[in-house]
Amino acid sequence: MNGQSSLSTPVSNIWTIAKRELGGYFTSPVAYVFIVIFLLLTGLFTFMIGRLLDRGEASLFWFFYWHPWLYLVLVPAIGMGVWAEERRLGTIELLLTMPITTWQAIVGKFLAAWIFLGVALFLTFPVVITVNYLGNPDNGVIFCAYVGSFLLGGGYLAISTMTSAMTRNQVVSFILSVVICLFLILAGFPPVTDLIQNYVPQIIVDIVASFSVVPHFDGFKRGLIDLRDVIFFFSIIVFGLFTTSIIIRNLRAGH
Amino acid sequence: MIQVKNLAKSFGPKRAVDGVTFNVEVGEVLGFLGPNGAGKSTTMRMITGFIPPTEGTVVIGGHDILNNPIEAKKLIGYLPENAPAYADMTVYGFLNFVAELRGLRGEAKKKAVSRVIEMCFLETVVHQSIDTLSKGFRHRTCFAQSIIHDPPVLVLDEPTDGLDPNQKHEVRTLIKRMGEKKAIIFSTHILEEVEAACTRAIIIDRGKIVANGTPEELKRMSELAGTVILRVRDVPAEIVKEKISELPCAKRAAVISQNDGAAACVRVYPRPNIADGELARAVGALATQMQWRVEELHTDEGRLDEVFRSITLPDTVKKESEK
Repeated sequence: MNGQSSLSTPVSNIWTIAKRELGGYFTSPVAYVFIVIFLLLTGLFTFMIGRLLDRGEASLFWFFYWHPWLYLVLVPAIGMGVWAEERRLGTIELLLTMPITTWQAIVGKFLAAWIFLGVALFLTFPVVITVNYLGNPDNGVIFCAYVGSFLLGGGYLAISTMTSAMTRNQVVSFILSVVICLFLILAGFPPVTDLIQNYVPQIIVDIVASFSVVPHFDGFKRGLIDLRDVIFFFSIIVFGLFTTSIIIRNLRAGH
Repeated sequence: MIQVKNLAKSFGPKRAVDGVTFNVEVGEVLGFLGPNGAGKSTTMRMITGFIPPTEGTVVIGGHDILNNPIEAKKLIGYLPENAPAYADMTVYGFLNFVAELRGLRGEAKKKAVSRVIEMCFLETVVHQSIDTLSKGFRHRTCFAQSIIHDPPVLVLDEPTDGLDPNQKHEVRTLIKRMGEKKAIIFSTHILEEVEAACTRAIIIDRGKIVANGTPEELKRMSELAGTVILRVRDVPAEIVKEKISELPCAKRAAVISQNDGAAACVRVYPRPNIADGELARAVGALATQMQWRVEELHTDEGRLDEVFRSITLPDTVKKESEK
C-alpha cells in the first residue's frame, strides 16, 4: 500500500522479534544478574561440590553433571516472562495483530531466550581453559557436553515458554515450569529409579525413565552425540512450542 | 474497505457481540459508541484479527481476516485499548521494531519513523524508555505505531483516552484529517468527539447495533431535536407558554425556567411533519406580534448524549429494577 514494498519473510519476522527480545534481555539488569548467578553457581557446583580440583581428573564431567539441576531453577527464570509479560502489558494484542503468524512470534521469542541461555553457557569458558591448563582433557567430549547442555536448556526453555503462555503472572509460570522440569529430571534420576525399581517391573521404570532428560543428557556428557538423544531434546522443544501455540490460540478464542 | 457481516462472539454462554453488520469506505470516519461492556473492544479485536469470531466474517480490502490474515493485517493500523507498548524499549526502538514487522527497511523505515514522531509530537521523548513516559506520551507512542505504515484502514480503540483536552483536540484533528484518505473506525465514550471527527456513528448496546447514521441523523432521533427555545424578558413564562401552545405547528410547550432574572425560557415541541425552521419562524412571528423582548430564539438540533441515553439506558434500568 502507498508504494511501500513489503520485505517481510518468515525468517525476517522471526529475526525482528528475536532481536527485540534479546534487546530486552540485555537492556535489563536482570539479565546480568542472571548471568552472574549462573556463573557463580556453576563454579560452586563444579569446584566446591564437584571438587574438580581434588579429583585429579582432567574432565568436566562434574561440571556438566549438575546442569539439569542448575537449569531447573535458572531456565524457568529466563522463560517465565516470555509470554506472561506480553499478556500482562497487553502487548500480545499488538504483536499478534501485526502481519506475522503466531508461529513466527513463538519461534522468535523462543530463539531469543535460547540464544541468551547460550551466551550464559558460553561465558563458562574459563572452566574449559582451567582444565586445559591443569591437565589434558578430551576437548571433543567437552564440546559434546556443551552441545548436550545447550539442548537440555532448550528443552527446559520450551517448557517454560509454554507455562509462560498459560498465565499473566510470572511467578505462577515459574513454579509450573519448575514442577514440570523437576519431573523430567526425577523420572530418570538414578536414586529415584533405583527406589521405584523395588516396586514396579523394570519395563515400567524404563518407560518412565525414557521421558527423563537425565539419561539423554548422559551420552553427551560422555562425549557421545546419539541421534536419538538429539531427537529427544528437539521433541521436547517442538512439543513445548506446539503446546504454546495451542494455548495462545485458545486464549485468543476466549475459551 | 472494511466489511463486517453478521459478526458474533460468544464467551461461554455470554454473547458479547451479536450479529453486527456494517461497512466502512475510504473517506469515512466511523465513531463506535456504546456503554462499557457493550462489545466495542471485542468487535475491534475481531476486525483486527486478534480474536476469531464465533460467527460472521470480516473482510479488509478484499482479504478475509480468517482466511488471509497476513494480507488483511497489512492493511490495518491498530491502536488497542489502553495503548499497550513494550515498557523496556525506547520510543525510537519501539517504533523501529514495529516498522520492521510492517516490512519497512532502510531508508523507508527511517522516513516512516521520523514521520510519525513528528506527527504525534514525540520529538522530546524519542530516546526515553516507554515505562518512564506520561500516559499522554505513551498513548501517542502507541498511536504512532498504528500509522507507521500509512495503512488504508485504521482501527482505534479509545484513541483519546487519558489525554488532556489539548491532546484530545490534536488527536481528533489528526483523525479527521487522516479520515479523508483512509477508512477509520474509532471507539469513544466522548460524544462530542463523534460530532467533531466522525462522518458516521454506530451505537452498540449489549452486542447489537442499536443506531447507525451520521451524527446529525442520530441527533435528530432525540426527542429534543426540532424543538424551539425561546427566551423573552418581562413576560410571565405561563403567558408565553399559553400563547405559543395555540400556534398551529406547535404540539406543546414547556417552561424551562420561570422569570428568574426577569427572563422566561420556554421550549416548544413541534407537531410531526413540520418542515425545518417553520416552527421557529412561527414562534418568531408570534413574538413580534406580541412585542415580546426576545433574548434568544433557536432550534435545538438534538443532543447525542440524550439519544445515547435514551437508546442504551432503559433496559439497563429495567434490569436493575428486576434484581
